[in-house]
This record gives sequence, structure tokens and C-alpha cells, in this order.
Amino acid sequence: MAKYILQRIIYMFITLFIIATVSFFLMKLLPGSPFAMEGKLSEEQLELMKARYGLDQPIPVQYFNYITNVAQGDLGVSFQFDNREVSTLIMKKLGPSLQLGALALGFGMVVGMLLGIAAAIKHNTFIDYGSTFLAVIGKSIPSFVFAGMLQYYIAVKLGWLPAAFWEGPRYMILPTIALAMFPIATAARFMRTEMLEVLGSDFITTARAKGLNSVLVTFKHGLRNAVIPLITVVGPLAVALMTGNLVIENIFAIPGLGEQFVKSITTNDYPMIMGTTLFFSFLFIFIVLVVDILYGIIDPRIRLAGGKD
Amino acid sequence: MANEEHKYNKDRFEPIEISEEKGEELSRPQLSYLQDSWIRLKKNKGAIIGLLILLFIGFMAIFGPYMNNYTFKEQDSNITNVPPRVQGLENISWLGLDGKETEVLEGESVEALKEKALYVFETEPEFIESKVIQEATEDEMAKVEFTNDIYAARGIQDEYYWFGTDQLGRDLWTRTWSGTRISLYIAILAATIDMVIGVIYGGVSAYYGGRVDNYMQRIVEILVGIPNLVVVILMILVLEPGILSITIALTITGWIGMARVIRGNVLKLKNQEFVLASRTLGSSDSRILMKHLVPNVTGLIIINTMFTIPGAIFFEAFLSFIGLGLQPPLASLGTLIDDAFKSFQIYPYMLVFPSVIISLIMVAFNVLADGLRDALDPKMRE
Repeated sequence: MAKYILQRIIYMFITLFIIATVSFFLMKLLPGSPFAMEGKLSEEQLELMKARYGLDQPIPVQYFNYITNVAQGDLGVSFQFDNREVSTLIMKKLGPSLQLGALALGFGMVVGMLLGIAAAIKHNTFIDYGSTFLAVIGKSIPSFVFAGMLQYYIAVKLGWLPAAFWEGPRYMILPTIALAMFPIATAARFMRTEMLEVLGSDFITTARAKGLNSVLVTFKHGLRNAVIPLITVVGPLAVALMTGNLVIENIFAIPGLGEQFVKSITTNDYPMIMGTTLFFSFLFIFIVLVVDILYGIIDPRIRLAGGKD
Repeated sequence: MANEEHKYNKDRFEPIEISEEKGEELSRPQLSYLQDSWIRLKKNKGAIIGLLILLFIGFMAIFGPYMNNYTFKEQDSNITNVPPRVQGLENISWLGLDGKETEVLEGESVEALKEKALYVFETEPEFIESKVIQEATEDEMAKVEFTNDIYAARGIQDEYYWFGTDQLGRDLWTRTWSGTRISLYIAILAATIDMVIGVIYGGVSAYYGGRVDNYMQRIVEILVGIPNLVVVILMILVLEPGILSITIALTITGWIGMARVIRGNVLKLKNQEFVLASRTLGSSDSRILMKHLVPNVTGLIIINTMFTIPGAIFFEAFLSFIGLGLQPPLASLGTLIDDAFKSFQIYPYMLVFPSVIISLIMVAFNVLADGLRDALDPKMRE
């Protein structure tokens, strides 16, 4: 196990190093200058500005400095919000994004699981078809379309909930539901398949044959075994939620990392783009790593397969 | 009666000639793999509906823009933000396709409201119809529903904008269908490129095995760790948004899923007896790959590609949404939705049509892909 974790961590660092390198050189290829917004600058002023941000040095030196700084957790200073550290800005904006992501993940998993269990227990009935239909819809309809519908009908037309901003529990309901559609769909499908498989296995038949209470069999024997593999979908879901976050935060004007990222793209704020990219990648890789390790601990059969595949 | 039918007498039988060849004869028509799958697919109602929806949308994407005389980039400041109006459906008011805008205003008196309505709609009295919902009393304000006939007010009674027009007076019917065309084009192109690269990479990696496989898999392991969101955004930033650059950005990490699936299956297949038999008979590597391994993974390739396409459509729309989409006057479903979002509380019809179409495409592709998975590979059925 220790060897497996170590191997995975080494891969994580190689991947992060490559992302940092690639994003650094891509940024250097970018059209447009970060100082274009500053109005007309004289040659001299431009030189001074470049020197201040270290942009006058040769590219290899800039690259070396960048990597050393990143390794120490220093992502540079933002061009956009003068002289604020990128890492500080990210940490400041992270709160709402994490809240939204966690809420959507939690809500989505719980609702999805319930739907999946209901579908499996009432296999091939109206409930099953309804839940499957909901899963297809949730997986297919883009989050921005769904968010737009919620915002228009519930917030604007009916006025039940606020249409934008992030200032309290009431503000969190619509964005959470909009973002949770995908987790609901994924969890429901996955849970249904797993539950059907477990309920069809021999030990369930044995438990039933012994005359155990059928509710007890379904929930104690069946559910326990069906829930474990659900951990594997958390990784991909977290990634989908990050993508969704960018959109939902913009639609509902939530002051989070996603909104900030879109802003930094439109203003050519290189350090901010690179910093956020690296941070996203780190978060993504870290979540996948934790999920894989957790799964390896819970179900030792995975470790063997994971090592070989 | 049933008994009658079961009465057999001798002369109803005739002896047959027994021959070796007859035993080998096939009594049913031989079905190829695809025919067999088609029979299974036909039984899946959802998948067939999905297929029909896709055929319809595909047809409209190709011919829709030519169905009226407007172009997707022609601007006219006189006809901005005109709601949809359709011949024949214009008299059914609840459909919202009558080219009129309706608003309920509240104020102190009915007369004052009529003045206000002229100002709100920026129009002349003869084009406004008013319906008093509630007269002003001592406790309550007056409520009047006004309906403005925009087509008459703008002097375009003879025109029909089936989906309305946008902020710049461009016909949304034409824009929506040409946008659908571009979205589908990008998605299908990206999925095809993913397929080609993925199949070759996965096939080579698995078939040659050993050190080649080892190195190729290390590369995949590193690439798979990079979130494609990040890759796509970085690539678009560098390449400048356009049809080709969006397609390239989508394919950079898109092929990895296909490569992994193909590798796993080829690894399993290549050690089976029929491959060994073929090799014993002296087949070359390329013959084994093309004649034995590729046909056995065809189903997987089709299924995987079908699942890639809706993903690509979503990502293209997503890019438009964060400001990295196609540049005007070109439109895709994503840019149309993004534009409509800017004013959708006043002009919701602009958002409705592209949203419905993109949702239909996504649902149809997912349902069809599910059906194809069951039809092409019954073992994978959930």
C-alpha cells in the first residue's frame, strides 16, 4: 500500500510540474500584453513596469524563477488587482466556490442515491423508469440551460428566491440545485446498477432464505455493499463540478474562484490565469488521489488491479 | 377445433432425401453483426426516438437556414428584439408566436397607465390593445394588461421571424440553425479525431506490449491527470477562438478515454485462440490488427464516439459561456445562449430556442448511445 501511495504521489508531482511548464510557455505565446489596459505608456514606463514584474529577463530565467516560486507556494502577483498576491486572492475567493461545490456534491449524492435505491428496489416499475428518465435528463441538459430556467421561473417570475449573489442560505438554494443535477444523475445511475447487482447476489438470497426481514436485507446487507463503489464516481464528479462552477458562478454572480478566473481570462492577467490553472489542477489531482487511496483501503481487491492496469 | 388440426395421416408426409450437405445448410438468412445490432436497436423505443430527433435536427441544421430569406449576419436596426411570429400560429395567443409583447402595468388610474404604456413600448396608440384587469379603487392600484403589436408598429406586417430577432436585428431562425450546424460540426469533427488517435494509440500500445506499451502508458498516465478543462482553456487562449482551434483544443486530451478502452480490450483479445490460430497460419501484424482485432472492438469504438459527441457539444457551449467561444458574426448554440443570457429577463424567447435544441441534442445523443451500447454489445447491458 505504501508503495502504491508513494508511486501515485510521484506521478502527481510530475503531472503538476508538466502543467506548470506547459502553462508557463503557453502564456508566453499569448497575444496581447497585460499592460494594454493601462492606457498610453511611454517606452520608459513600459520598461519600468516590465522590470517590476520580472518580464524583462530572458525566458529561461523567468521560467526558472517561476518554478522555484511555485514550489514554495508563491504564485506571483496579479496584474489586475495591483500587487495582491495570487495565492492570497485565490484563498479569498475559494470560500464560496468550495461551499457551492460541497453543497452540490452532498445534495446530489444523497438525492441520487435515494433515487437509485428506489429504482433498484422497484425494478422495472414506474418508479424505476421515472428515475432513469430523470437521470438521462440530468446528465444531458447543460447546467447553464437548467440554471437559466431556474433563475427565470423561480427567481424572476415567481420571486421565491433571490436571483443572484451569495449572501446567505436563501441565496444558495438555486445555484446548488442547478449544479447538483449532474451529481444526482450520475449517482442515481450508478447506485441503481450496483444495487441491482448486489440484490441479485448469492448472499442476499441466503439472507432471504434464512427468513430475515426483507427491509433489513435490502438496507443492511444490500446497501452497505452497493455504496462502497460509489466512492469511485466522486473523483470524476468533482471535476465536473469544477467546470460547472465556472458557469453557475457567472450566471448567479457568485464571487468565487470561477468568476474570478473568467475575469482574469478577459483581462490577460497572466499570473492569475496560471495560478488558478495550477490550483485547479492540484485540487483535481489531489481529489482523485484521495479517492483512489480511500478506495484501496476500503476494498483491497482494487489495489492489485490498480497496480497492474 | 384444435383436435382436427392435429390429425395427421400418412399421405401428408413425404420422405426427404438424407444427404450430408443438407445438414450444413442454413435455414435462416445469415445476419451480419450490424444487421443483428440493428434488429436489437429497433426494439429500443427510446433509442429510436433519439435517432429520429437527431435526424430531424441534422436535417434542419443543413436546410433550416435556407428556409427563409434572411441571412445569419444581416443586421437591421429597425427590427431589433422582435418576438417570434409564425404563419398560422399567430392567432393562438398562448403559444407566444404571435409577434406581440404583453405586459401588465400597475398605476393610479387607467388613463395614466395608457400614457405609461406608450412610453414603455416606445410605440403609437393605435398598435396597443389594453385590457383592464382591475379599475383603481381606494385601496388598490389599477392593473391593465397591454399588448403591443410590434410587427405593425415597426411596419413589418408582411415579415415573419419564426424565432424572432436578436439585439442587432438578425433573424434568429437562421442563426439558430446555422449555430446548430456549427455546434454539430465541431462536435462530430472532434469526436472523429479523438476516435482515430485513440484507436491507433490504444491499439498499438496493447498489440506491441512490452516496453512500447510501458512508455505509452506512462505518457497517458501523466496526461490523464491534467483536467481537460484546464487544457482546453489554455489552448483556446493561445490559438484564438475559431472553429478549428476549438476542435483542436477539444481533441488534445479527448482521445485518452478511447485509447484506454481500446488498449484494455485489445490486450484481452490478442491472447485469444483465434488470434493465435491466425498467427500460426502466417498472418502479418497488420492483417491481425485490421481483420481480427479492429472488427472485434468496432462496437466499443462506436459507443465511445457516441458518448464523446454530446460531451464535445457541451464543452463548446461552455467555452462560449466563459467568453472563449466563436467570434461574431459566426454563431454556435453556445454563443447564442450566451448572447441571450445578457437580456433574457426582458426577451426570454431568445434563450428558449437554442436552449431547447441543445438540450434535445444532448438527450437524444445520450439515449441513442445507451441504446447502441445495449445493441452492439449485449454483454455490457446494465
